[in-house]
Amino acid sequence: MKKQIANWGNYPVIEANEEYFSFPDRLRELILKENGFIPRGNGRCYGDASLAKTTISTLKFDKILSFDRQAGIFECQSGLTLDRILDVIVPSGWFLPVTPGTKFITVGGAVASDVHGKNHHIDGSFSNHVLEMDIVLASGETISCTPGIHGDLFEATCGGMGLTGVISRVTFRLKPIETSFIRQKQVKAGNLEELIRLFEEYREYTYSVAWIDCLKKGPHFGRSILMLGEHAGVKELDPKRQNDPLQLPKKKQVNFPFNLPSWVLNPFSVRAFNFLFYSKNFKKEINNVIGYEPFFYPLDAILHWNRGYGKKGFVQYQFVLPLESKRGLVEILHRISDKGLGSFLAVLKVFGKQESIISFPKEGYTLALDFPVKPGLLEFLDELDRIVLQYGGRLYMSKDARMKPEILQHGYPDLEKFKDIVRKYNPDEKIRSIQSDRLLLTTN
Amino acid sequence: MATILILGATSDIGMTIARKFASGKFDILLAARKPEQLQPLESDIHIRYGVNCRSVAFDALQYGSHSEFFSSLQPKPDISICVFGILDDEEQAFNDWHLTERMIHTNYTGGVSILNVIAKYYIARKKGTIIGISSVAGDRGRASKLIYASAKAAFTTYLAGLRNKCFKDQVHVMTVQPGFVYTKMTENLPLPKLITSTPEEVADLIYKAYLKKKNIIYVKWFWRYIMLIIQCIPEFQFKKMKL
Repeated sequence: MKKQIANWGNYPVIEANEEYFSFPDRLRELILKENGFIPRGNGRCYGDASLAKTTISTLKFDKILSFDRQAGIFECQSGLTLDRILDVIVPSGWFLPVTPGTKFITVGGAVASDVHGKNHHIDGSFSNHVLEMDIVLASGETISCTPGIHGDLFEATCGGMGLTGVISRVTFRLKPIETSFIRQKQVKAGNLEELIRLFEEYREYTYSVAWIDCLKKGPHFGRSILMLGEHAGVKELDPKRQNDPLQLPKKKQVNFPFNLPSWVLNPFSVRAFNFLFYSKNFKKEINNVIGYEPFFYPLDAILHWNRGYGKKGFVQYQFVLPLESKRGLVEILHRISDKGLGSFLAVLKVFGKQESIISFPKEGYTLALDFPVKPGLLEFLDELDRIVLQYGGRLYMSKDARMKPEILQHGYPDLEKFKDIVRKYNPDEKIRSIQSDRLLLTTN
Repeated sequence: MATILILGATSDIGMTIARKFASGKFDILLAARKPEQLQPLESDIHIRYGVNCRSVAFDALQYGSHSEFFSSLQPKPDISICVFGILDDEEQAFNDWHLTERMIHTNYTGGVSILNVIAKYYIARKKGTIIGISSVAGDRGRASKLIYASAKAAFTTYLAGLRNKCFKDQVHVMTVQPGFVYTKMTENLPLPKLITSTPEEVADLIYKAYLKKKNIIYVKWFWRYIMLIIQCIPEFQFKKMKL
């Protein structure tokens, strides 16, 4: 059935035919029948990566296949979302090895985007913890792969945006925890220099991320809050929580009920929001113990928060620059503050080293920003792209809805190798998305 | 621990009902034509909810096997829920007796056959609950659901009669009347979002209604009134309408 679909940025919106499957036979049947489709999970990538004229949704393929509570090994079908996994593993003393800022993504999506979290500099990206997975190829054949067996398929599937086949089953390693709480430290930085110094100072922390007010100019340019965290031990909890240290958070969510008119977000309102966000931390440093939800998933508490950007949607722009290119970061932040196009969320994080052919993370600074879609935005982002390239950086395909193919080409040195592997397993380009066509990853 | 038997467990609603009752600490017996397909659901339910869950082979159209099927179940279910059903293209079915017959037998005859067996057992034991999933379509015959609606109407009537028959023996029969639900059955139909439920909502409401021992529930509640209005349209007018 045709329907209008979009990913999290609500841009672009396309008409697509959505297919579902609950059993492997049906998946195979769909793959053989359809031509020109992309697998899709919960639609939480921001742009057009999981959009195509036909999408094969994994959401009904969501069963837990095994969970070794001693060894912390978890095996599931690819449509299972992280929130459901947490409900099962946390009470048993385990946590996701890597989690992005939302728990409403599927495991298949986590692999296809090779998501990263606040612990990238210590633990790497999601795929570093995947032991094995099944991929159903365009031919209908299912292949089990590990980093060592069918290693090329494994490698090109991690971060490969679904182009190698439909990920159907994933086995991954979990991380042991003593409690479901996080010992958090928040430190205010008066400007960008200070922030970068603080990242360096606190690099031993497992989790770290900073929020930057990118509209601030002058001496306080780049003022920010650095958020650090460690899984709390039982002794660090309040005595009353110590009886049930692995408790799950209470389910409470509010819904953003409608699209905000697009004028609501303007330089004044964003500035006011940023001011409040920064000033609510009265002291230079805050230390406390909080549940894992507010620490990892603050925005998940508001369902459909993307509606805050209005009907026209928004584009998230995320790039990474090598550590030595701090100047590029300054230049880009200056451009944004001059343009006054800033967003609520400007999130900075330091990535550790990573070896992969198509995954986004590499050692350096990564900055993510939201921009509501409005006239002039796309041209402005093209300008930013040029700076990113000039400083040896690259963009994240999961966030992308608009980059030009040459930007991808220059940012990912192993791109040709990736394309070769995609051609090997998806020779007729049966599997393709609007993004892969736009970026010339698929050709005809 | 109480056990629930789900007849038609590979359907979207069947699978969500299984998870819902498992979350209420029921042991689960999944019955379907291809039980081997249900192995992932068995492990899922066992890992999430810590209850027992297993699958057995059951074919609604093999009436002769139903008695043996039920007597082979060990332990016997405390609740039996009949979920299976089929909706074929009505125009094709109108022109092809095999399709028509299959729709009637799956939606009506098969249900009567297995529920007779189960009801006999529950009556003898003076205990048990039967839940039948019918459809609001059965509340009034119309062109676009010619065979499906008539078979569901018969099934709804059967469930009402069974409720009446079993009452004196403390056996409870609940009728579930879903409206539009997003499932495999309806994936090619354009459904109005506002009045369409998800399988999870259906399972939630069935579970709650079971706990309250309801007789007839509509999913969601407003379907009762939508169907009431549709039933009030005089026939001389109704027959001219395109529905």
